[in-house]
Amino acid sequence: MKGIGVSPGISIGTARVIRKTAAALTGILLTNESAIPTEIKKYDEAVGAAVKEIEGIIARGAASLPPESIEILEMQIELSGDPQIKDNVVQRIISDKKNVSDAFIEVIRDTVEIFSNMEDEYMSARAADIQDIGDRILQHLQEARATTAAASQPDLLAFGPDTILIADDFTPTDTITMDTSQVIGFATRAGSRTSHVAIIASARGIPAVVGCGDELLLISNGDKIILDSLNGLVLVNPDMDTLAQYRLKKLAYAQQTDRLAGLKEVAARTTDGEVITLLANIGEPDDLDQVFEKGGQGTGLLRTELLFMGRSSFPTEEEQFEFYKEIALRSGDKPVIIRTLDIGGDKQLPYFGLPPEQNPFLGYRAIRICLDREELFITQLKAILRAAAFGNVKIMFPMIGNIRELRSAKQVLAKAKTALSREKRTFAENIAVGIMIEIPSAAIIADWLAKEADFFSIGTNDLCQYTLAVDRMNEKVKDLYDPYDPGVLRLVHNVIEQGCKNNIPVAMCGELASDPLATLLLLGMGLREFSMSAPSIPFIKNIINHNSIVKAKEVCKKVMEMNNSKDIITYLQEVQP
Amino acid sequence: MIIKDYTILSPEGIHARPATTLIKLTKQFKSVFHLKKGDTVIKLNSMLNILALAAKNGETISIIVEGEDEAPAAAAIEEFFTQQIKNL
Repeated sequence: MKGIGVSPGISIGTARVIRKTAAALTGILLTNESAIPTEIKKYDEAVGAAVKEIEGIIARGAASLPPESIEILEMQIELSGDPQIKDNVVQRIISDKKNVSDAFIEVIRDTVEIFSNMEDEYMSARAADIQDIGDRILQHLQEARATTAAASQPDLLAFGPDTILIADDFTPTDTITMDTSQVIGFATRAGSRTSHVAIIASARGIPAVVGCGDELLLISNGDKIILDSLNGLVLVNPDMDTLAQYRLKKLAYAQQTDRLAGLKEVAARTTDGEVITLLANIGEPDDLDQVFEKGGQGTGLLRTELLFMGRSSFPTEEEQFEFYKEIALRSGDKPVIIRTLDIGGDKQLPYFGLPPEQNPFLGYRAIRICLDREELFITQLKAILRAAAFGNVKIMFPMIGNIRELRSAKQVLAKAKTALSREKRTFAENIAVGIMIEIPSAAIIADWLAKEADFFSIGTNDLCQYTLAVDRMNEKVKDLYDPYDPGVLRLVHNVIEQGCKNNIPVAMCGELASDPLATLLLLGMGLREFSMSAPSIPFIKNIINHNSIVKAKEVCKKVMEMNNSKDIITYLQEVQP
Repeated sequence: MIIKDYTILSPEGIHARPATTLIKLTKQFKSVFHLKKGDTVIKLNSMLNILALAAKNGETISIIVEGEDEAPAAAAIEEFFTQQIKNL
């Protein structure tokens, strides 16, 4: 299953699932007024005990905890004694006659809900802090009620070797009070890049994949897990082949990370002097930090879907403009290729209400929707055109299958420009317009398309699944999905050659671009721009810098003469340096 | 009563660290502190309320200080919003 990889690395281990039971309301009401002061006193005592406990954690952990954790704990002390929370609790006790733990559970539930719904990602992640102090205070409230209070301090959770922790989400207390010395990975159902677990995992250098969705909760204790946070993947009970493959990957990653960290400032250049451009695929402005940290030279693919997902209506032109502008500004003179909306297929928007289709990948998606619903398309194009005035922005249409679609999309772009001129807006009149090559028909007529597009970017994932007629989400046929199939490679080769002949840049932004096995072959085909997830950049750069175009051309020539992918893969593995 | 406007200089806005520091600062004085952002006014003693404002870098807020030690309190606020916050 797929989530967001937050701390790069690969871990292979055993699942330990942490489940929590939600606190239950008792429904018991106070019978007379005199109970009110007692309930409030219980609350103050529970808060006092909770604060003491957190102070204790800070004191014990001052030397060993990362500064981020101390900060979080200090904020939690303030949150525990928060006068606003107390006011809300007291009000429920006084006016609704609730007992203190019911009142408190309700206040925390409401507050958590408010924070979870905040648009600011950082703030919505703070819901975990509120839940955390809520749980802690509640524990003290309920201890006070039980007459035979058992051991008050829960044991430090201990785990066996190579544990990968699986949970809905981890609260700060979880991550801080667990003995993580044996923990080699985290995976959560909820969460984002700014969740606690992300912060802690990065600080400790443990791979983590967050936001995996409900599927994650199907994992049981003892399941074998591969956590690949480089690609945001969680693999459950993998077969022997996959396991072996990942052991090698893990080893290679460990050996290379140290060495590759030094490559950041080094240009990607083959031993015979050909300069290669390495770009990154991103989804939001914050991804750029990692891109530049890994030595990426710009954005080869900005997926705009993120901006449209997780909300209740379409983003306005202004909202989109701000989003694109931030990326353009943060990129300076580095290129930013913005792909227009690519929904449909496996990416649905609840508020768009697209009916389910028999064959979504062959259905109403991407540019087909945009050309049909021109008002949506124009809004996005206007926002991109305006943002392009702030940086080196280019526009890219997905799922172009023929010349007519490209021309229609360009006509809508012209309309967007006219509208902006009429509104007297500043925008980039001469924005470059490229297309994704991901439909076989487009790859076959690349020579014609090259005369009307400013650049190509090959999307190997869709190109492969459409060429081979294989749905790679379908368990039964996914083994047939093979980017090294000679048919697929011929199409890729043709696109690159036609781009070169017509003097337009050709990039690749599909998964093949980040596959070290394919680098030489692609260089040999003439590809000079690779776009991939940022953590892969140093690896591909390393291969480029140790090989020559002469060798790459030889490899390409040999591969293109092989009629099956098994031979091709074996050969590529042999010629790998 | 002393009222003054500040632009938020911390790169991440008023997140956990600046908010914690700010609350600790106000506890050193007897004065009552309020923060106003747009139409919302909150008392500066609640972490919850401060975080709920989600004040971002570049936004403008007003701080209202009132009480017997409001002069030194406002000076401390000034120092916080013009200098200290940059490093938080």
